[in-house]
Amino acid sequence: MGVLDSKVPQGPLAEKWVKHKNDINLVNPANKRNIDVIVVGTGLAGGSAAATLAELGYNVKTFCYQDSPRRAHSIAAQGGINAAKNYQGDGDSDYRLFYDTVKGGDYRAREANVYRLAEVSGNIIDQCVAQGVPFAREYGGLLDNRSFGGVLVSRTFYAKGQTGQQLLLGCYSAMNRQINRGKIKSYTRHEMLDVVIVDGKARGIIARNLVTGEIERHSAHAVVIASGGYGNVFFLSTNAMGSNATAAWKVHKKGAFFANPCFTQIHPTCIPVSGDHQSKLTLMSESLRNDGRIWVPKKLEDAQAIREGRLKPTELAEEDRDYYLERRYPAFGNLVPRDVASRAAKERCDAGFGVNKTGEAVYLDFSSAFMRYGKEAVATQKIENASEEKILELGKQVVEAKYGNLFQMYEKIVDENPYETPMKIYPAVHYTMGGLWVDYNLQTTVPGLFAAGEANFSDHGANRLGASALMQGLADGYFVLPYTMGDYLAADIRTGKIPTDSKEFDEAESRVREQLEKFINSKGTRSVDDFHKRLGKIMWNKVGMSRNAEGLKEAIEEIKALREEFWKDVKVPGGINEMNPELEKAGRVADFLELGELFAKDALHREESCGGHFREEYQTEEGEALRDDENFMYVAAWEFTGKPGDAILHKEELKYENIEVKTRSYK
Amino acid sequence: MNLTLKIWRQKDANAKGGIQTYQLGGVDPDMSFLEMLDVLNQELIEKGDEPVVFDHDCREGICGTCSLQINGEPHGPDRGITTCQLHMRMFKDGDTITIEPFRAAAFPVIKDLVVDRTSFERIQQAGGYISVNTSGNTQDANSIPVAKDKADAAFYAATCIGCGACVAACKNASAMLFTSAKVSQMALLPQGEVEATRRVLAMVEQMDKEGFGNCTNTGACEIECPKGISLENIARMNREYLKASVK
Repeated sequence: MGVLDSKVPQGPLAEKWVKHKNDINLVNPANKRNIDVIVVGTGLAGGSAAATLAELGYNVKTFCYQDSPRRAHSIAAQGGINAAKNYQGDGDSDYRLFYDTVKGGDYRAREANVYRLAEVSGNIIDQCVAQGVPFAREYGGLLDNRSFGGVLVSRTFYAKGQTGQQLLLGCYSAMNRQINRGKIKSYTRHEMLDVVIVDGKARGIIARNLVTGEIERHSAHAVVIASGGYGNVFFLSTNAMGSNATAAWKVHKKGAFFANPCFTQIHPTCIPVSGDHQSKLTLMSESLRNDGRIWVPKKLEDAQAIREGRLKPTELAEEDRDYYLERRYPAFGNLVPRDVASRAAKERCDAGFGVNKTGEAVYLDFSSAFMRYGKEAVATQKIENASEEKILELGKQVVEAKYGNLFQMYEKIVDENPYETPMKIYPAVHYTMGGLWVDYNLQTTVPGLFAAGEANFSDHGANRLGASALMQGLADGYFVLPYTMGDYLAADIRTGKIPTDSKEFDEAESRVREQLEKFINSKGTRSVDDFHKRLGKIMWNKVGMSRNAEGLKEAIEEIKALREEFWKDVKVPGGINEMNPELEKAGRVADFLELGELFAKDALHREESCGGHFREEYQTEEGEALRDDENFMYVAAWEFTGKPGDAILHKEELKYENIEVKTRSYK
Repeated sequence: MNLTLKIWRQKDANAKGGIQTYQLGGVDPDMSFLEMLDVLNQELIEKGDEPVVFDHDCREGICGTCSLQINGEPHGPDRGITTCQLHMRMFKDGDTITIEPFRAAAFPVIKDLVVDRTSFERIQQAGGYISVNTSGNTQDANSIPVAKDKADAAFYAATCIGCGACVAACKNASAMLFTSAKVSQMALLPQGEVEATRRVLAMVEQMDKEGFGNCTNTGACEIECPKGISLENIARMNREYLKASVK
């Protein structure tokens, strides 16, 4: 299996990164001016990489399909960002953050990468504060923290329910500074449609200007893919409508291995589906599980009465409620990791305890938090003999200050007031831990092609902990790539500008044109969305929260058939040389139809349950995930060979030298 | 619900646009406004017509991509939300709804309901940042305490999503609310104070250059702002600008 070299430096875990930084090559400032870098995607990973690389002196071009880098979907991250600052003095450390992340990922992440992530995490917070990111603070003027799932410390920094927005705007401001200096050229409303490989190295991209439809060639000495995850393969997810896997999938088809596609995170607290018209699902931040308690009725007849509207949740007595997470996992309670919480919700709903019309919802209830905070407020405000109403009112005010925007969002969508009646929630596709395989330097199997943030597979194993995505995106972009890319680019100081009139660019461009023309000339009858929704249904039903061999085999056949039908019968209106969102979607869905098959193939081959990957055949008597470390403690990296179903498996064996591999327990 | 939709159609930036009328049935009150447009577009595609092009992305009110002037109001009749969070339960069966792009000289139409908001980009690029390197060689995050009320005020200013509703709501198409939100966020924090003078001058200069109008204190921007960005920010920017100008 010699193909995969993770390039993890030698030496003790805590010294690897420092030593590596000291050992690698540097590019002198004058030479940096002669080197071009392309960054695809401007979320936290891409934006931070672009800003820092430009600051160092490289000429950077950024590409995003949105009309501004600030609108990348990192903007929607709500709850927070982890960092091992130990400001709360509750025993946090780099090692503990590393330990929690590896354990949370069910021992399927690479030790050295995760430790580096923990090591730079504190610096991210320093950096963001210096940039003017307005994190939540205490009255003493210092930064506040909250808790997230799967950990026993408070290490999450936040800005109300808009942490992603504030971090991305910080990143965007750093980009703007470089745009103003002329060091970044920002291409907005542009979509990368292929990578160009010259002499085995990534040397540029083909992009389409989404306003004019023009096909453009852009060359560079290195290319960074920071285009996010592939959750929209499910059609319904918490991703943005435009979030897509095209950049990642195109580079996969040109030689970059795709790792662990079946590791997908289903987030436990999303607003349930309301009907067939639904276009996306909205997340209710995990931070709500700090204060909200999750329950369903204890008795089936009560659940039925609630579904039929004969009974209100607020009328149900305390003893008739089943706080099933607190019951099953007393140590972590409502703050178990996402995969555990999602499966537990599905288990209760499948058993008939669901609380909305479709039977696919559980309650997230704040009534005890209202009282708890209310009593605290009464005490600090020295109100004597406060009535229950007064306590409740004050408690609601505290909760509003913490989560006001989330409560408002919920009310607008569901048309119910969550201050008066518990929220209804259900799991939904949220994040993809799998992605492009990268080594310790975040380089893919194609030299000069790097992948950062959600687009790579590196840090979260089989399940990501809450508030770790923002941390990873910024760590990759601000603190890792600027070093490791320098090491690679040091060999390119004499290369000179990469020409775009080569046969490699010609070929890549003509293939892009061919596909676009095929769509426009197709005389099909069904819209792109029609195919996308059908793909999503296959994925959700057979490759979703729980999977089995039979269903996965069916899914593979169904996806293949759907893909064939798509190419025969898709209907794309309009032309190429104009703004044409249907044409954009067609290309993305074509890629999802391939990725979906590899996803199912990966899920089928992994005969164990771990993290977000739950195979029904492999569970304990209590219904917990049953890992198989003997046979599956590896990263599955797939090599494309012409068809997604024919991909070849390469294994990167995972070694745990600094952490004891145990059965993950949150009981 | 059955609706009559009067929608602005325009082939491209140079074409002459106009209102076209569509009938749409089977609208569920639980649909979002954009899901209603999705349904219309599916019908148009089936019929062989070109779908209506509109900007949208996150569909949860945070990315700031969606726009739309709905019955004359940016983001429609509800308050404190973006178009993607507007639900059809705000309308009645049989309603006629007029849907137009945001209107402003500095926001030219690209196609149908999509406008070009890169003028906002250039205002931010002119100075909407704190000039610190991203190398991580900064001091510890807790070394400069920031009073909670100041930090909170900076946060509220920073929640602007850059959608442009303030411009579309303003009779002068002024971008003062947008620009002042960024100026305020940074002026309120000790980290941003250092270059406050340079920042406010550069951003205001760019704002004027882009062709946005002046502020005449009518307050329509604050009312239509989906994030409730306060007019106080404009007052603060005016103070900052005055301070910077006399320096």
